[in-house]
Amino acid sequence: MIFNIPFIAVAALILIGLYAVIFKRNLIKMVIGITLIESGVNLFLITLGYREGSIAPIYTSSPGGIMALPVPQALTLTSIVIGVAVLALMLSLVIHIYRHYGTLDARKIGGPEE
Amino acid sequence: MNVADLIDLLLQHSPALIVAIPLLGAFITPLISRLNDKVRNVFVILTLGLTASLVFLLASDVFSGNIHTYIFGSQDLALPVVRILFEVDAMSAFMVIISVILSLIAVIYSWSFMKENTGLDKYYTLILLMTAGMLGMELTGDLFNFFVFLEITSISSAALVAFWTNKAKSVEAGFKYIVISTIGALFILFSIALFYGQYNALNMAMIASAIQYTFLDKIALVLLIAALAMKAGVVPMHMWLPDAYGKAPSSITFILVGATQASLYGVFRVCFTIYGGAINLSSISVGWILVIMGIITMLLGVAMAIIQTDFKRLIAFGAVAEIGYMLLGIGTGLVVMLNPEMTATGLAAMKGGIFHIMNDALDVGLLFLVAGAIYYATKETSLNKLGGLARNMKYTTVFFIIGLLAVSGMPPMNGFASKLLIYESTYHLNPILSIFAILSSIMLLAVFVKVFHSAFLGPALPKFENVKEVPKSMLIAMGAIATIIIIFGLFPELIVNNIVEPAANALINYGDYIREVIPSFTGGA
Amino acid sequence: MSGMSKIVKTISGIAFPFITIYGLYVISHGHLTPGGGFQGGAIVASGCAMVLVSYGSIWIMDRVKEKNLSILESLGAVCFILLALLGLGFGTVFFNNFLVGTNSLFGVVPAVGSGLADINTGGVIPLMNFAVGLKVIAGLFGIVLVMAYAIRTKEGKK
Repeated sequence: MIFNIPFIAVAALILIGLYAVIFKRNLIKMVIGITLIESGVNLFLITLGYREGSIAPIYTSSPGGIMALPVPQALTLTSIVIGVAVLALMLSLVIHIYRHYGTLDARKIGGPEE
Repeated sequence: MNVADLIDLLLQHSPALIVAIPLLGAFITPLISRLNDKVRNVFVILTLGLTASLVFLLASDVFSGNIHTYIFGSQDLALPVVRILFEVDAMSAFMVIISVILSLIAVIYSWSFMKENTGLDKYYTLILLMTAGMLGMELTGDLFNFFVFLEITSISSAALVAFWTNKAKSVEAGFKYIVISTIGALFILFSIALFYGQYNALNMAMIASAIQYTFLDKIALVLLIAALAMKAGVVPMHMWLPDAYGKAPSSITFILVGATQASLYGVFRVCFTIYGGAINLSSISVGWILVIMGIITMLLGVAMAIIQTDFKRLIAFGAVAEIGYMLLGIGTGLVVMLNPEMTATGLAAMKGGIFHIMNDALDVGLLFLVAGAIYYATKETSLNKLGGLARNMKYTTVFFIIGLLAVSGMPPMNGFASKLLIYESTYHLNPILSIFAILSSIMLLAVFVKVFHSAFLGPALPKFENVKEVPKSMLIAMGAIATIIIIFGLFPELIVNNIVEPAANALINYGDYIREVIPSFTGGA
Repeated sequence: MSGMSKIVKTISGIAFPFITIYGLYVISHGHLTPGGGFQGGAIVASGCAMVLVSYGSIWIMDRVKEKNLSILESLGAVCFILLALLGLGFGTVFFNNFLVGTNSLFGVVPAVGSGLADINTGGVIPLMNFAVGLKVIAGLFGIVLVMAYAIRTKEGKK
């Protein structure tokens, strides 16, 4: 049962992130919600590589024994880099939207066509 | 070494070079744009021209029957596969031709369309990055690599959609696009993690050869189809498409059509190749779901297009309706795939759907270029304020008529050939589907004739007295697309037999795709 | 944004070289210990962001122009792709590791398994790590600098 806790944490993170994106009105809270979903998926990727009783997969002066799978760690690293780029783009667009409308409320922007 | 050896060497390394050359060009462009503007434009066009010639070289070899694989980092392929693999079969070659032609025409068009804007070095860098992403998405044989190129494409296209930052609506459309696109991509990553956890493989051929249709596989299939269909603009996930297509600069909308279709290619690759072994168990239900999504997309796209007053938003809803045709054709092919007496119907439906991918990119693209030309000349986008432009802009009017006839499927244009294939084959499955398809075509014709009348015909308005024809580079771009449309319309047999039929066969016979990587694979069509 | 007090400026000036050295260590030992191009570059960029916050974005923008950062970033990316294409040029495939085990500088190839290894055994991997690290430092610092400068304009107008 104790080995299922990371998977429960993954489900909780993704659900809280989806709740923040769908139901919150502030644009910054939507961006934080996307970061939460991304953290949940990264945690899921790393948890898949764990073998019971394993150590970190580094060869330099390792004490020997079973090693955890290193491939999901490389995939997670790529995903974190992509997340940084998306976050930078979203925050720049939020700065531009604030400069045009003066508010960050998602109900007040996006009115009818000019 | 002589020319034949050089061409062989280029052909052998072409899958990697097709992605590497736009990437290198994208990184060199900020350095070159310090010199001069014209030098930068010529450099971008030369880079894309070189990529296009490599694409045609590769495609001419793949369409004659060989599947090309390219292994990164080593020359021997160790089983189980641990290296990243590019695998080019006929369907990939078909999509790559479309993407590179769209990018080249868009850059030629934006020579004069974007001339008065600042920050153009970032614009061309992002176009080259987006092209590299689209080409990589269509050539790769590895699922995680597909996800990385998908994210490259969506980030650079979201930055380009919001390029006119002085308009509030463009920035808002870009923000909506990036939020929805990122959530979809994260769900794709979740299903890739599900595959890795079960089969310890990321390569598409390895997963396809080892797949058993467990409960987790069903969840992964649902997430993949939902997220990729959302990026392709299928109803009910199409909310971002009218805003993003309508508020972006017109040359960017032209390339966005290619990015949307690359995601649709992802749906087909998942349904036919990765789930190929399990398709005996579920092809009828998955096929019917695709068919129903296609019907709803067609009807809703046309219904929303009738009530629009903004020019580009109307064409965007027309583009949504056209995606419904592609899903209808290929969904029909999936439904009848196991039925031995309807194989001819299934093959015809898939040929119609695949041919419609290329036709839709050209037709809807030409309409968007015409809308951009009108915006460049008159600075107006609302249909209520336009009128009587046929007197001043003769060439643009002719191009719009060609695009109008092509989109609604009228005879001398290419839209007729692909839509006729879809009508005939879906009639054998269920006559009601064919009736819906013909009805949507007729309503599209009505909508665009209304647009033509209100924008081009009618009395001359006094504020449009000094409107001149658009500059030459935009006319060359639109003329090239119109010429291709007319040629495809007059000789559809050539295209269908040489290009579309190998692509359809490559999707149906998924066993060949797997046998290139794992020679001992038995089973499969 | 304007700078902070004299104490904060002095302490961040003292801490900045140590952070940079640690980041460069993480970049260059990427093939032996956890780390690599992106991780080390993010550490150095964090140190640069600390200097940016303590000295103020106006002061930094006068001395570090944004177009210099853009040139550095492009150089890093071009070096990476050229190293990958050189694998093509030396006879084999794209992204091939053409330097491992070849000449006297990179000749030692350690055995697979746990143990210690030197830094020159990776072939072309440490060079690619440096190129990616340069790109990440310039890119992340550029993003933070431009965002801070843009917000400065908004506050100045109020």
